[in-house]
Amino acid sequence: MIRLSHVVKTFPNGSLALKDVSFHVPKGEFVFLTGHSGAGKSTLLRMLYAEERPSQGEVRVGGHLVHSLKSDEIPRLRRRLGIVFQDFRLLEDRTAFENIAFALEVTGARRDTIPARVTRVLTQVGLAAKARAHPRELSGGEQQRVAIARALVNDPAILLADEPTGNLDDRATRGVFQLLRDINTSGTVVVMATHDLDLVRQTAYRTIEMREGAVVFDSADDHDGEDR
Amino acid sequence: MSLLVREALLSFRRAPLLSALSVTTIAFSLFTVGLFGLVALNLREALRDLEERVEVVAFVLRGTPPETITLASQDISTFPEVFTVTYVTEEDALARARRELVEFRDAYQDLQVNPLPASLEIRLREGFRDAQNAAAVAERVQGFPFVEDVRFGRDWVEQLDDLRDLAGILGLVIGGVFAAVAVVIIGVTIRLTLLQRAREINIMRLVGATNWFIRGPFLLEGAVKGLLGGVLAIALCYAGYTVFRSNTSVLGGLVFFGPQHILVIVIFGVLLGLFGSLVSVGRHLRLVSGRLERRAA
Repeated sequence: MIRLSHVVKTFPNGSLALKDVSFHVPKGEFVFLTGHSGAGKSTLLRMLYAEERPSQGEVRVGGHLVHSLKSDEIPRLRRRLGIVFQDFRLLEDRTAFENIAFALEVTGARRDTIPARVTRVLTQVGLAAKARAHPRELSGGEQQRVAIARALVNDPAILLADEPTGNLDDRATRGVFQLLRDINTSGTVVVMATHDLDLVRQTAYRTIEMREGAVVFDSADDHDGEDR
Repeated sequence: MSLLVREALLSFRRAPLLSALSVTTIAFSLFTVGLFGLVALNLREALRDLEERVEVVAFVLRGTPPETITLASQDISTFPEVFTVTYVTEEDALARARRELVEFRDAYQDLQVNPLPASLEIRLREGFRDAQNAAAVAERVQGFPFVEDVRFGRDWVEQLDDLRDLAGILGLVIGGVFAAVAVVIIGVTIRLTLLQRAREINIMRLVGATNWFIRGPFLLEGAVKGLLGGVLAIALCYAGYTVFRSNTSVLGGLVFFGPQHILVIVIFGVLLGLFGSLVSVGRHLRLVSGRLERRAA
């Protein structure tokens, strides 16, 4: 589903953000992306949803050659992805329901299908009862669930999550993480950047560790080199 | 209601102050343009009255048979520049002098012999009422053997020409400057809206909205603001016109814009709004996706 080959990213100021990064994420996998702040996790994720373009190398996501995508082709890629951030990125002046519906509306979904689809994902994240609440009336964990519901509403093949539990307390973290695991179980690839090592150790999911822009550890290499 | 219209109208509700500011600035810019338009319009009206008085007078040699003059005046009226030719006989001239020159009424009353010559008064068509055309007509009329002298008040016709040119250039320059200012102001206010909604635009991009989809509501918003600004500007112009007219008794025949002028101003407002938003939205989207393009290059 995701394949990076010798990806290098240099910023205009000359700093090297990614150094020869290569890995492959097959269908149905859950991958942790770990490392300190500034290690290149976010840059790598941004590259997957075409917010950054590699200076060298190839990036393939769900059949799209992201490294050579024209800017008018980017929306099509993003409609196949779900993206979740640490700061939720919800519109404050809209209800939970409207925030999710917005993602469908901007992609031109048929209007009569929207309410049912929004209700389905709200139920999936356990917030059907809070559909009419505005973000400020929800807890951090609940806001992140709304963000995840928004990411899911277009039935993405891949869910990218950049520190989704970074702003949450332990209990909310567990809830959100469980939700992401459930999503993965139903077949969606999940790539989750985090520096919460407790979370990583709880499970046997594949872990890719980054340091100063390079991949320094990939648990897939330890167990099954052939899978790559 | 379609999403496009809803999103555009939502911005008015969410940022009423900023929207009001945009509409007001557009209105005042257009108001200024409109005021100059009104001045130009009234100046043109005033000049038209003056222009109508541009005429070429050919004085006829005493003793010329009236048939000759009638034939010649028929000939002159076929000149492309000529609007009407009036034959003023010696008697007509005297009668007019008695009527109009009150101070000399007694002198004209006592005359035994009419000292005034007959003449042809030639009025020019609209568009030909300038010194150059008047001189050309005068020269050709001078060619008739019975014509003693031709006058057309060269000096004041030339001054009229200068005034007309000056008014045209001044109107164009000042109007152009204020239109440019209006475009900049609209661009700035739309840009403020954009910055205010940068978060929303960013989210739209992340969930896969196309650039045109993002632009749409902003363009509509700009057009609606331009429309409202245009209508407000007309209202302001009318208020200004009414106040000015009621306070000046000297200038009686002031005119206001006709329906076609009003339509032009409103359409101009809409175009300004559209143009302002197109430029600033385009720049914003390019800035956001600029990093990608630079990398690709």
